[in-house]
Amino acid sequence: MGAAAEVALQRPRRRPLVWRRVRNGAVPYLLVFPVVAVLAGVLAYPLYYLVRISLERFQLFELVRGAGVYIGLDNFRSVLHDSTFWHTLLRTVVFTAANVTLTIVGGTLIALLLVRLWAAVRILLTVGLILVWAMPPVVAVQVWIWMTNVQNGVLNYILTELHIGDYFGHNWFDSSFSQLAMVTTLVVWGALPFVVITVYAALSQVPHELVEAAQIDGARAWRVFKDVTLPVITPILYILTCLSILWDFGVFTQAYLLIQQPAIVPGNYLMGIYLFEEAYFKNDYGRGAAISILMLAIVAVLSIFYVRRMVRVGEVE
Amino acid sequence: MSPRLARKLGWNALGVALFAVMVFPVFWMISTAFKPNDQINSVNPTWFPAHPTLKHFTNAINKPYFWTDVKNTVIVVLVAVGVAMVLAFLAAVALEKYRFSGRKSFLVLLIGVQMIPGIGLIIPLYILLAHVPVLHYNLVNKLSGLIIIYVAAVLPFSVWTLRGFLMGIPKELEEAAMVDGSTRLGAFVRILLPLVAPGLVATSVFAFITSWNEYIFARLLLNDGSTQTVTVWLSYYTGSSRATDFGGLMAASTLIAIPVVLFFLLVQRRIAFGLTAGAVRG
Repeated sequence: MGAAAEVALQRPRRRPLVWRRVRNGAVPYLLVFPVVAVLAGVLAYPLYYLVRISLERFQLFELVRGAGVYIGLDNFRSVLHDSTFWHTLLRTVVFTAANVTLTIVGGTLIALLLVRLWAAVRILLTVGLILVWAMPPVVAVQVWIWMTNVQNGVLNYILTELHIGDYFGHNWFDSSFSQLAMVTTLVVWGALPFVVITVYAALSQVPHELVEAAQIDGARAWRVFKDVTLPVITPILYILTCLSILWDFGVFTQAYLLIQQPAIVPGNYLMGIYLFEEAYFKNDYGRGAAISILMLAIVAVLSIFYVRRMVRVGEVE
Repeated sequence: MSPRLARKLGWNALGVALFAVMVFPVFWMISTAFKPNDQINSVNPTWFPAHPTLKHFTNAINKPYFWTDVKNTVIVVLVAVGVAMVLAFLAAVALEKYRFSGRKSFLVLLIGVQMIPGIGLIIPLYILLAHVPVLHYNLVNKLSGLIIIYVAAVLPFSVWTLRGFLMGIPKELEEAAMVDGSTRLGAFVRILLPLVAPGLVATSVFAFITSWNEYIFARLLLNDGSTQTVTVWLSYYTGSSRATDFGGLMAASTLIAIPVVLFFLLVQRRIAFGLTAGAVRG
């Protein structure tokens, strides 16, 4: 035993027992403190500040002055009486539902396909998925802009060549529906790999004997999936669905950059873009804050389901 | 051919087709980046560049602010990840090795916090950092403001995944160290740290990718060309028109994606399954 270790052994003895206990009890709190402090400063305080601004008139003048004027619930009243808010909310809900359904159903189907592939093809597809997963969203947006270009975008060329229709010179950004459909392809494309790889991992938990037994009993593929496979992967699907809902509800970057500024109008707003436009382009931070709070409230309700499930499956132990 | 083999072939053909569809945008980005302009602008696409050129890459890196913004991004990302890893490691040790009251609430808080979409907090953070001096210090167009936000953004999932890695370390090892006369903290440093190093690397790479890819806050807090990050630089590449220098745009996109893709491939396997708990996606 070295000298340093001996010192370490002797040192605690000189201290009174009570002090040592207090000190040891404090250790975990000291270790956690920095994280709590950062989260308090960058999340909790801004959240409080958000509530404060939402109750104030806070426009360009107040921004320059650095302080707003208290006006009670006027911002909320004005937002809730604005049809743009309700239309945006409905549009975002539909957008989220479409994106989540495509991601989860598509991801599960691809994961089921992976199980049926030869090893070489499976590795090929997995590597491809990981490559897609790794693509930065801002980069993916630029590729989408190029592929959907009106004059010589490759998407129009391929669709025309495959005789799906005459897409020569087709503009994918000429209607709100088409714009958001493009955002959907981008978001789903980027989200699929995570879902596929997670569901594929969960599928390895499905007992092989059970599947075989069911097949020998003459069960059709759908029955095997519904009664044997699905119950095993349901917990992970639940968690993935919760996460996807929360992510897709808050989509901003892809929609904002793909639709691009002059084309962003109330007719294609998603929630995130709506609050951004209200705050930064109309310079009404109070109103923007009220929209933020309404959005965060919806997200909070949704995340309760997720957090409760995480607690129940024992992740919080 | 037996129907069984035919079906197997069918599934595999579908798998290859799916691979082609999924990877196509990445392929198209790289392929375009190497093509001469006449091939890019032609209505009939060239799939593989017959006479590859590096012109677009040199154009892209010679664009104003490219290197400045790469430097900014590297500084922001490295500082944020470094700070976050130290803080997250300490908290993960507390969560995994101690039982204290408030521990469970802290865990629930971490999961809950991850669910807050960044977009919901841009207004107060923007006003606080850019307009209301915090401690008499105005953070508009300063990298420090962005660093603080990125630290907070990556902390929850870092704590969470690091804790997962710590869980895998056998208790006997620590106990052996303590019997050897180490204090508890000494045991952590000498025994735990080397064992958890791969986990630290994997977690910091993920934190790196998250901050490198971030767009909204970088766009809002840094609005001067010389203090931007690469994602914002790339988003301004096209200007406002859709008729653009697509060769240059794709070359720039490729350059910005490369570090992320390389790092991602390095750690994907190690971290993929810890991810369900963490909101790590672009």
